[in-house]
Amino acid sequence: MHVIGPEMGLTQPGMTIVCGDSHTATHGALGALAFGIGTSEVEHVLATQTLRQSKPKSLELRVEGELAPGVTAKDLVLFLIGKISTEGGTGSVIEYTGPCIRRLSMEQRMTVCNMSIEAGARAGMIAPDATTFDYLRGRDFAPQDFDAAVARWEQLASDSGCHYDRTEIFNGADVVPQVTWGTNPAQVVGVDAAVPDPASLTTAADRDSAARALDYMGLEGGQKLVDIPLDRVFIGSCTNSRIEDLREAARVVRGHRVASSVSAMVVPGSGRVKRQAEAEGLDQVFRDAGFDWREAGCSMCLGMNPDTLSVGERCASTSNRNFEGRQGKGGRTHLVSPSMAAAAAITGHFTDIRGWNFND
Amino acid sequence: MEPFTIHTGVVAALDRANVDTDQIIPKQFLKRIERTGFGEFLFFDWRFLPDGSPNPAFELNAPELAGASILLARRNFGCGSSREHAPWALGDYGFRVVIAPTFADIFYSNCFQNGILPIRLDEADVDELFRRSSPGPLRLTVDLTSQTVSDENGFSRSFEVDAFRRKSLLEGLDSIGLTLQHAGAIDAWEQAHGVPQS
Repeated sequence: MHVIGPEMGLTQPGMTIVCGDSHTATHGALGALAFGIGTSEVEHVLATQTLRQSKPKSLELRVEGELAPGVTAKDLVLFLIGKISTEGGTGSVIEYTGPCIRRLSMEQRMTVCNMSIEAGARAGMIAPDATTFDYLRGRDFAPQDFDAAVARWEQLASDSGCHYDRTEIFNGADVVPQVTWGTNPAQVVGVDAAVPDPASLTTAADRDSAARALDYMGLEGGQKLVDIPLDRVFIGSCTNSRIEDLREAARVVRGHRVASSVSAMVVPGSGRVKRQAEAEGLDQVFRDAGFDWREAGCSMCLGMNPDTLSVGERCASTSNRNFEGRQGKGGRTHLVSPSMAAAAAITGHFTDIRGWNFND
Repeated sequence: MEPFTIHTGVVAALDRANVDTDQIIPKQFLKRIERTGFGEFLFFDWRFLPDGSPNPAFELNAPELAGASILLARRNFGCGSSREHAPWALGDYGFRVVIAPTFADIFYSNCFQNGILPIRLDEADVDELFRRSSPGPLRLTVDLTSQTVSDENGFSRSFEVDAFRRKSLLEGLDSIGLTLQHAGAIDAWEQAHGVPQS
């Protein structure tokens, strides 16, 4: 849904969009107010076309500067969640602002907005601009009178100097490729760092939580990320399975082979993405390297079909949640970007993509 | 929906923060079409050992907590997936109240749809309740009319709750029926905003 809506032009700026899935936040990348709801509220919307809401607070996450080569939107959003915590956005809608955000493509913006929920915010939004309008032009459900629609959509952006209940400012240049080490998305570090020692954390609650997480994940404080070997690699999910994500991963993989210790798969985000990837020959790049190339679906993001981890299996995943058992009971999930997942599949362990040998 | 006015029950204390809805109800159980029957799968991976027998180390399996109807937890309870199966599982197991310092937004809303009262108390008050819950069992009275939580040993705190949600719970009101009282206004808005009418 979160791949198909935007790609068909169903998702448009200014819409209010709800769906029975928390990653509905993805659609905020097009300037819609989009959030997840439960089954009873879905029923309510179908019956009445409305939902009663209290006005949320506004949280501005402003990102100055730009992302360095090899650093992606996925790394940026993991970095932000690491900074503001899994409840930093609770009670709020996040608006992502700043030049670093403006530079992102639509698919990159979707990756960022998608994971707003992992920071506790029901919704995450990016004001529509020329990038948005160019993306929507010509799509299946884009308005017939497109220019009139653009004129309306241009009115939606937040006024300059407007009041946000809270603002946090970051610099894109500070972001390095990220890897989660624990059992929630905020338990994350740069790939060039080490798993934290629980004793070094400030509060007793954080120490307990980290100790529990490390026990589940089979890791120790001080262990370097690049020394951690992997069993599985999953490239897919509504966070990172669009054509740009597949191109990014294919570029890393081209001319290399998946490590013999790793079983890796790529699951495109929709039938349309799959067909486009095949038209570009990306499927062949993945197959030649030893990846499984699959039909579109949610797959191993949440393990509701047979694509699951076994107990103790460690996976580099481009999905959005590393909770205990998320990908399979006892499974150990590390969240990364598509290029980082691809590199890990080749080397068999986490690898800093910034030093990668591309066979372009 | 069963009204909620005043409830007295035993507290089950779950001393963990960031309890996500994948823990509350794992995904392999989301394949029913009824809202009932999820209680036996509540906290499945924590409650049961790999062989299916109850895990004696899991807090909620303590024999004195059988029949507990108030869950006490730490920050950010119910984070992660929006699955409404989470409050369904909690309710089916027997919980009518969850007390925590903070809740994830979607889970918080989903509770009200299912006659479960989520109560936010200050971290210090939650700490105090954890202390009072051991050795257990701790009994609390939750009064939605007066918006108070109290025990039999002098603990009494008031809690906040949105007025509309409070009224809906007190009266067991059907939210769809309530909204449809505004059907005229909804239609008028849609027509004014060019929403195609079927």
